[in-house]
Amino acid sequence: MEYDIVIGLEVHAELKTKSKVFCSCKNQFGSTPNSNCCPVCIGLPGALPVLNKKAVELVIKAGLCMDCEINDKAVFERKNYFYPDLAKAYQISQLVKPICVGGKIELKDKTVRLNRIHLEEDAGKLVHSSRSIGTLIDYNRGGVPLMELVTEPDISSAEEAVEFLTKLRSILVYSNVADCKMEEGGMRCDVNLSIKPKGSDVLGVRSEMKNLNSFKSVYRAIKYEAQRQIDILEQGGKIVQETRKWDDNKERSYAMRKKETSQDYRYFPDPDMLAVNISRELVSKIKDSLPELADQRFKRYVSYSLTEYESEILTRDKAYSDYFDKALSVYFEPKTIANWFLTDVMSKLKGQDEIKISPEDLALIIKSVDDKVISTKVSKEIFEKAWEEGASVEKLIKELSGNIEGEELRKIVETLVAENEKAVSDYRTTDQPEKVLRWFMGQVMKMTKGKANATQAETMILELIKE
Amino acid sequence: MDISKLSLLEIVEKLRQREVTSEELVKYYIDRIEEYKDYNAVLEVFEDALDRAREMDEKIKQGFEGKLAGVPVIIKDNILYKGKKATCASRFLEDYVAQYSSTVVEKLIESGAVIIGRANMDEFAMGGSNENSAYGVCHNALDFDRVAGGSSGGSAVSVAKSLCACALGTDTGGSVRQPSSFNGLVGMKPTYGRVSRYGIVAFASSLDQVGPITKTVKDNAYLLSVISGYSKYDETSKKEEVEDYLSKIDGDIKDLKIGVCSEVKELVKGLPVEKTYFDLIERLKSQGNEIVEVSIKDLSLVMACYYIIAPAEATSNLGRFDGVKYSRREKGCQDIDEIYIKSRTSGFGKEVKRRIMLGNFVLSSGYFDAYYNKAKKVQQRLKKQTLDALASCDVLLLPTTCGEAFKIGEKIEDPISMYKEDIFTTLANITGLPALTLPCGKGENGMPLGMQFVGKEFEESKLYNLADYIERRRSEWNMI
Repeated sequence: MEYDIVIGLEVHAELKTKSKVFCSCKNQFGSTPNSNCCPVCIGLPGALPVLNKKAVELVIKAGLCMDCEINDKAVFERKNYFYPDLAKAYQISQLVKPICVGGKIELKDKTVRLNRIHLEEDAGKLVHSSRSIGTLIDYNRGGVPLMELVTEPDISSAEEAVEFLTKLRSILVYSNVADCKMEEGGMRCDVNLSIKPKGSDVLGVRSEMKNLNSFKSVYRAIKYEAQRQIDILEQGGKIVQETRKWDDNKERSYAMRKKETSQDYRYFPDPDMLAVNISRELVSKIKDSLPELADQRFKRYVSYSLTEYESEILTRDKAYSDYFDKALSVYFEPKTIANWFLTDVMSKLKGQDEIKISPEDLALIIKSVDDKVISTKVSKEIFEKAWEEGASVEKLIKELSGNIEGEELRKIVETLVAENEKAVSDYRTTDQPEKVLRWFMGQVMKMTKGKANATQAETMILELIKE
Repeated sequence: MDISKLSLLEIVEKLRQREVTSEELVKYYIDRIEEYKDYNAVLEVFEDALDRAREMDEKIKQGFEGKLAGVPVIIKDNILYKGKKATCASRFLEDYVAQYSSTVVEKLIESGAVIIGRANMDEFAMGGSNENSAYGVCHNALDFDRVAGGSSGGSAVSVAKSLCACALGTDTGGSVRQPSSFNGLVGMKPTYGRVSRYGIVAFASSLDQVGPITKTVKDNAYLLSVISGYSKYDETSKKEEVEDYLSKIDGDIKDLKIGVCSEVKELVKGLPVEKTYFDLIERLKSQGNEIVEVSIKDLSLVMACYYIIAPAEATSNLGRFDGVKYSRREKGCQDIDEIYIKSRTSGFGKEVKRRIMLGNFVLSSGYFDAYYNKAKKVQQRLKKQTLDALASCDVLLLPTTCGEAFKIGEKIEDPISMYKEDIFTTLANITGLPALTLPCGKGENGMPLGMQFVGKEFEESKLYNLADYIERRRSEWNMI
């Protein structure tokens, strides 16, 4: 028999705020254990949560990027359960009145509907010591703002799940809502999965796999779980609703103890917190300041006559796209800059992610080639030196721009200016004299085969063509 | 000079005039605490109390004029004072030392108060007799065989026995007003949010308020001005300007309309407090005050409402006492579940466990709508009915308790009859309104009976004004 796979995702992402969601402790990964802590986030008696409004704004922003409806009033509730990483024995979360409801994310071939996005606090982290001291707790992560996004069961394969997560991550990163650093636990995913006979309207019994922290785990866990459920049905068995834990090393999942799955969280509104009134003014203010997302940048790049392939690579990582846009702001030649980026920069990037030359410098190199100040060959040398040795691009351009100078150069420039009276008068009348200057520079470089000293040449040209 | 006869305001004045030093006062109170230690009102006298008193004497000499400069104060054991133990009268927090100070303690200290010790209470403020303390029952200041009341029993007895100049309690369902009434004192439960809860070990967060316990109405007004105010660490505290309550007491109450609920009239029938209640109504009427008949139709539901909402919040608030992070952890546990179960089993007393179970029950799936949600709806209704009643008058008059302080041991085995004692006090917590109790009569055993006034939000000054008026005529009216 053939089956349909039905998948819903619950995605947690840590929000990019300076401080935690209910206190003023730093929201920072990698600090000394228990150094970003205070009475509130370690749950000391008598301490009270005070909402960080910035976290609410980030969730609204995320919601607006995904076409969610923003509720007028959001309520925080307590989710009660005992676990050592949860200092207060309850997590402040949202159940009945989340900040965002509905919404969608467009994939290549389908639309995945969202159920909700809400704001909650992260828990601390248990560190299982290998020595006899046992388990230790680091509460630095406790109280870090976390958004939870819940999809409708619209996803039907492991590939689609990964496509969805990639898109979601791109949106969150581009909108500056979250860094989504998977390796730091900045983005985590729960997968709800069931199967049903192909085309059937009746949903099967679902299992839930918790805390998958890489796209690869999500992919593998879905493949494994779908097959497991199919095998059970094929053998005439019954699927039980349960929570399963994915073991990345063994590449299999196993059922968690019954006790761990049949929790009653006894949600109720947190009496320490006021309901949050979200004004329409705030929503439209956030809407007006929404940054350009990957899809929009992609379209813009295509409008610059870049290919879809080029545009896709440039927007795949926000850092690339930001770099590209920065370079464009200095020298607007999209095609040339994209070429340089996709060949020279990308080949340097293999195996590392730090771009060791600033976008301004890259633009300068490219412009100098276009202006015939330096030759292509020289430009590659400069790029190499700047990247490897951190040398100053501006200085290198001056140094390598040629050795024809002084009287020899002056004669060439004088001849050129004398033979181009029209260009000279253009220079004096046009509102873009720098273009004419650039043309003269180009001519000098042509006449000297790129060997002219650019700085001197420019001074000389200006002396002669200015009144 | 007999310090035990002095009111807080008199003590403040004598300190200002340098007729007495803070050191002398603290020494006097420490001796008295020792003398009356059988009453078990004070769990600990702070070691540094005398040093702090001397320090304040020095400051007073240099011209420091804080409202409580040099005044010895006792705080309930659930109010955090940095570096001092705060046990909530629980075994669970036997060795717990506060890591920071509550807003109220900071305000006391800023005003120059010398906090000399922490007072006995019902464990985690759950109870109305102070019999639920892990450190033993606290005895009534006027009759050793009777309960001090609760949960702020130790604070009330400390004031009544003159073991301090004034004290702070907390009031979730009557815990300031009932022991104040049982010991012949003035107690105030301010408007919810008037006093910051930051640093108060939470029982039921939506109902808890810190309140002053004093010998006189004016003392109470004076102390409330010191501890009130917004705190940026407490979202539920209010930004309304803090009044100088004492200066608002002007003796003029002739335009004050006093509301009397028909439901209360029904409820008091046959109760020991009946006569005192109707006598006061008559007195006020004869003084020319307008008595307005009002109704709070669902008043009889207030108890059920309270005993669902309060335990629900308590069960969640007490989850953090899990044996993992601080204070009690049973030794020899094999796994985390054993730590939870053993530590909580041995750490909590019977009443606390009862309320934790009750709270879990009303919040659990399948029961949530029938209990918690319904109670929240009833709360909204009661609030509306009470505000409607207050629309036609300035204050509501209710008894504070059903009768005099009962005998120790009389009700402890019967939780329901103990809970019923709170029938008149819980309304103020459920509605968030301010309520004040002052002694207005005596029962058949000669024990004091308190009457209560409930006012509109942030209208504490009206309550003080009226109570002061009565207080000044009390002996003339043969009330005490």
